Amino acid sequence: MDFHLFPTYLDEKTLKSSPIREGAGLGLAELGAEKQNVVLVGADTIESCRAHYFAEKFPERTIECGVAEQNMIGISAGLAYQGKVPFAVTYAAFLIGRGWEPIRTTIAYPGNHVVFVSSHAGLATGTDGPTHQMTEDIALTRCLPGFTVIAPADMEQAKKAVKAAYDLKGPVYIRCAREATPVFTTPATPFEVGKAQVLREGKDVTVVAHGYMVYTMLMIAEELRGSISVEVINMHTIKPLDGETLLASAEKTGKVFIAEDHNVIGGLGSAVSEFLAENKPVKVYRHGVYDQFAESGSAKDLWAKYKLDKEGTKALLLKFLNKS
Amino acid sequence: MSLLNDKKLKDLNLTANKIRQTIIEMLVEAGAGHSAGPLGMADVFTALYFDILKHDPKNPAWTQRDRLILSNGHICPVRYAAMHHAGYDITEAELKTFRKIDSRLEGHPSVKRMPALETSSGPLGEGLSQACGFALAARMDGMQNDYHIWCLTSDGEHEEGMTWEAVMLAAKYKLNNLTVIIDRNNIQIDGNTEDIMPLEPLKEKYESFNWHVLEMNGHDMQDIISTLEEAKSIQDRPTFIIAHTTPGKGVDFMENNYKWHGVPPNKEQAFMALKQLKETEQKILES
Repeated sequence: MDFHLFPTYLDEKTLKSSPIREGAGLGLAELGAEKQNVVLVGADTIESCRAHYFAEKFPERTIECGVAEQNMIGISAGLAYQGKVPFAVTYAAFLIGRGWEPIRTTIAYPGNHVVFVSSHAGLATGTDGPTHQMTEDIALTRCLPGFTVIAPADMEQAKKAVKAAYDLKGPVYIRCAREATPVFTTPATPFEVGKAQVLREGKDVTVVAHGYMVYTMLMIAEELRGSISVEVINMHTIKPLDGETLLASAEKTGKVFIAEDHNVIGGLGSAVSEFLAENKPVKVYRHGVYDQFAESGSAKDLWAKYKLDKEGTKALLLKFLNKS
Repeated sequence: MSLLNDKKLKDLNLTANKIRQTIIEMLVEAGAGHSAGPLGMADVFTALYFDILKHDPKNPAWTQRDRLILSNGHICPVRYAAMHHAGYDITEAELKTFRKIDSRLEGHPSVKRMPALETSSGPLGEGLSQACGFALAARMDGMQNDYHIWCLTSDGEHEEGMTWEAVMLAAKYKLNNLTVIIDRNNIQIDGNTEDIMPLEPLKEKYESFNWHVLEMNGHDMQDIISTLEEAKSIQDRPTFIIAHTTPGKGVDFMENNYKWHGVPPNKEQAFMALKQLKETEQKILES
């Protein structure tokens, strides 16, 4: 399948760098122009979540709740009951963390169609430190019945995810990072919720990732070309998990390595492990944030120290394959 | 202020009495549930469902209906009972399924099982936020004058921070299509509210948050209806009504005793409660 990736995507220097949250903001503004029942609900981080593109165009459909995330969730529920499609945006730690119980009761339980769009997911949050580096949000959303959980791989994909979320039913979480990361997909790249993308075919090992780690894994696969044949799957939708694609790949390679900027407990690593344990028990390695709180530092320094950069991740992949 | 004629008042008081009897019957059958709050709010629910609300029991999805958001979901027996008597699709037999498996009448309201409930609720302090969302949506649709949003809350749940987040937002957006009623019965599970967490001065609190505040005797039908009507006429801000109520109202051994917050009567207690309520019914009929 042709994914219409940027023609020279393997040469990072040729790529534009942009935050995934930027794509979500741009997508929301475009969606707002198309759909009159889209409402933005913010909590004092509208510009930071790049939702100001929407707010400036549609002030009459923007609700600013101030620093009150629980209220933001309840407001969103009320709007949804009345036929609006609310997009609730703020940092992942506050949106999903602080908002969790109201999300469970007022959104998930009744099955309200509310789209939660975060920024500041993962260590990519950087210098704000562990209070703001949310690494438990996927765990907290995917355990709620009816939730769709999406972590777009780059800015372009975030744009598409926001638009696709409008047509779904029930609650949706779109996970976005703050730091600028390479934009390797293009407007022509297909995107279907729940359909994983085998961006690179291989036979020795399957690598499953979401968010900006997808690009990191593509770069690692390219570096290993000739010695190890790496299959790279962009599992942008963590729930519902595309088991079919995963199964086919695991049957082929017999080894699965998961990489994500999230706690190794409860995230994509867990979702993939649960699926494989029941359907195709193969050797698995869950790479991510190893059940710890990190620290302040630039995203780049954090990636290096916590081995989420290319070098650190590659070393762990080689170790997993007994090639180090 | 509209004055009700004696016949109408008598009918409403009889209905409230019937609703109380139904509540006792539901609770004893379920063997679980809350007694004090539902009995205490029977008069307010009667005023709403039998006089104030713009609604159609045969068409609960009517787009122009008033929205009634029950924030303190645990008092749902009074809502189920009121809806039954008002002609909603809840039979007497179904009332007896309250809290039982496969019932639409969940222990705390489930809008998925019964859309006419408007929202699901149970965890406290979440109704007002949702009511604000309803009110904002009505305004976006240009329907702020077509229907009203009523939100029923408890005094205990005013200990939740989320309630005050919504109080601020409703004032900011001057949600004049929203009225909040607090069941000021002064009890909660662990004791009297002013011992657990003092809420007073409540009126002044809301006024300082830029709300219009009214007070009423939650057991005086004329006062209730006049106050709810007045609330709808306030144009520049949201309205907060303090309904002074007696928890367990109508059953003397339950009244004003916080221990009846979260427990049902046993068979003997239910028999005594129904006996008292039937005596009251007779008195109303003879009045």
